[in-house]
Amino acid sequence: MATAADPPRYHARISLRTGPDARGHFGAFGGRYVAETLMPLILELEVAYRAAQADPAFAAEFDYLLKHYVGRPSPLYFAERLTTALGGAKIYFKRDELNHTGAHKINNCIGQMLLARRMGKTRIIAETGAGQHGVATATVAARAGLPCTIYMGARDIARQAPNVFRMKLLGAEVRAVTSGSQTLKDAMNDALRDWVTNVHDTFYIIGTAAGPHPYPELVRDFQSVIGREAREQILEAEGRLPDMLVAAIGGGSNAIGLFHPFLDDDVRLVGVEAAGHGLSTDKHAASLAGGRPGVLHGNKTLLLQDDDGQIAEAHSISAGLDYPGIGPEHAWLHSIGRVEYQSATDAEALASFQRLCTLEGIIPALEPAHAIAAIERMAPTMSRDDIIVANLCGRGDKDIFTVAEALGFGL
Amino acid sequence: MTDRLASRFAACVRDNRAALVTFVTAGDPDLDRAPAILAALVAGGADIIELGMPFTDPMADGPAIQDGNLRSLTAGTTLTAVLAMVTAFRAKDATTPLILMGYFNPILAYGPERFAADAAAAGLDGTIVVDLPPEEDGELSPLLATHGLHNVRLATPTTDAARLPTVLSGASGFLYYVAVAGITGAASAADADVAAAVARLKAATDLPVAVGFGIKTPVQAAAVAVHADAVVVGSAIVALIGGAAAGRVNDLPEQVEAFVAGLAGAVRGARRTQPTASPAEIAA
Repeated sequence: MATAADPPRYHARISLRTGPDARGHFGAFGGRYVAETLMPLILELEVAYRAAQADPAFAAEFDYLLKHYVGRPSPLYFAERLTTALGGAKIYFKRDELNHTGAHKINNCIGQMLLARRMGKTRIIAETGAGQHGVATATVAARAGLPCTIYMGARDIARQAPNVFRMKLLGAEVRAVTSGSQTLKDAMNDALRDWVTNVHDTFYIIGTAAGPHPYPELVRDFQSVIGREAREQILEAEGRLPDMLVAAIGGGSNAIGLFHPFLDDDVRLVGVEAAGHGLSTDKHAASLAGGRPGVLHGNKTLLLQDDDGQIAEAHSISAGLDYPGIGPEHAWLHSIGRVEYQSATDAEALASFQRLCTLEGIIPALEPAHAIAAIERMAPTMSRDDIIVANLCGRGDKDIFTVAEALGFGL
Repeated sequence: MTDRLASRFAACVRDNRAALVTFVTAGDPDLDRAPAILAALVAGGADIIELGMPFTDPMADGPAIQDGNLRSLTAGTTLTAVLAMVTAFRAKDATTPLILMGYFNPILAYGPERFAADAAAAGLDGTIVVDLPPEEDGELSPLLATHGLHNVRLATPTTDAARLPTVLSGASGFLYYVAVAGITGAASAADADVAAAVARLKAATDLPVAVGFGIKTPVQAAAVAVHADAVVVGSAIVALIGGAAAGRVNDLPEQVEAFVAGLAGAVRGARRTQPTASPAEIAA
């Protein structure tokens, strides 16, 4: 059994990059746990995605938009001052926060919007937590000229006001979700309720690598541009693959996008969950560390839940990580030990957020600040010849009010 | 063991009427008042009871049943408590079929094998698991069969002819037709659409066809009862219970019984007062 102290080194003979199986399962996880009304749509989406995969024109348009609209490839940046300060491994950042709309979320939205258009859908819906996916969805909907409704928990609306306004500027309707914990989980419930009611004209752009098959697969595929670029860029910069990749995990789309092209390589992969007030409390969002197998939002995965199978409320200072589940491919990679999952608390993420501001002149989102916190623990224990690549998956403009409040500044 | 569902449907066929299926969330508004509400459903004329198993994230339900779930969970209802409620009901009523309806995660947490055994022992007749389509129900369906429980499947307006055999394969008890694409307690289907759908389903299966979603009044129930083998009413009853929880109704069981009696009267009289046309004629 692999432990954090003794991370697995894979010399895989069988590729780990072929999942999911035909029924959408990654090992014991994944699947299509949806109401019958949605089943035909899910099946139709899979057919449309297979057709798109076989169509060179789809990939060509996706690549064109990523280059000219999103601004890819995002740079790979050597964080020299952070590296020196930590005194260990060389740290590179994959700068996905420089994308149009300020996070990795846009990669997936571009892909799903192209699918929506192929399927003749005329209305777009999405859920959002921190608002980054909502902004990215509103952006691609504006560009496509389609009406767009974004479901967002009322509590998240309160802590992410700038992104709410951005979505409205982009022409989207933002619907406040007041049920349950009023965060991402509940926004997803209401988006699913909208979808089941408007099955004929509506495309649901899910924001993370979760939900019913084929969403976890197609979101991963669209986000894998991150890992493919990082691979080329680190080979160019260092002439070899990195020793370690690090990414924050909520649902896990930026992490799976970075990791997937490296799953068969001898590279240590580290996902960082949000430990909130600490894993020993009931206020965290670490579904791998503290969850059990369960079914929610169309897939079987690891979920924070009580003994009766009732879903627990997650907590993180980062609205984007505030979700009681995780994408099914991560649950599987966790179960086989290929990816090592750690966590960082609110306080650790806040400290790393500030450190990156002053050391590198980069204001990161609170989500990647969790990844940086894990790097601060690990890098000093590694050799100066070792290389870490971390995904800086979002910028922190949206979080300045949350951080100001946590630090006691009045804005 | 006698098949309570089959017996009840057979009795309704003999009377040339549809069955009335009533839904309440188990433990709503609280565990103390829940048994009296179940008794009120039967006293009012419900033929079959669908007992909702509360869940934190009822994704297919509208506001009324979402609230019912929340009230029940807040009152401390667990799946163990729901099964105890079934046992107590069965001790007093040996004939009214009880179907558990809900989402898969509480069953998964309880353990599907233990659930099927305990549910059968408690006197339950079957389950409807909303987020367990045929493609995923291999974890539960064989266990239900082993323990003599019906696996009630859902068909919807989006279940086309190509998909219907998948839904029907392994379905038992009855087929639940979700009359509108949407959530519970929202829009209502047009009469002609329901008639056509029932005709389409009955041509494909010998199972009784129950129709639900959006049926809130005796008039709506009667219209559906002309065509369907059973009429399901849920949100309207749950909303009544919600009113009591908010302090607006004091004599809750009596109110529930009176409301259900109105529905039952409409359902029982539907084929006598409406012009009788066969579903096939209407579909044509």
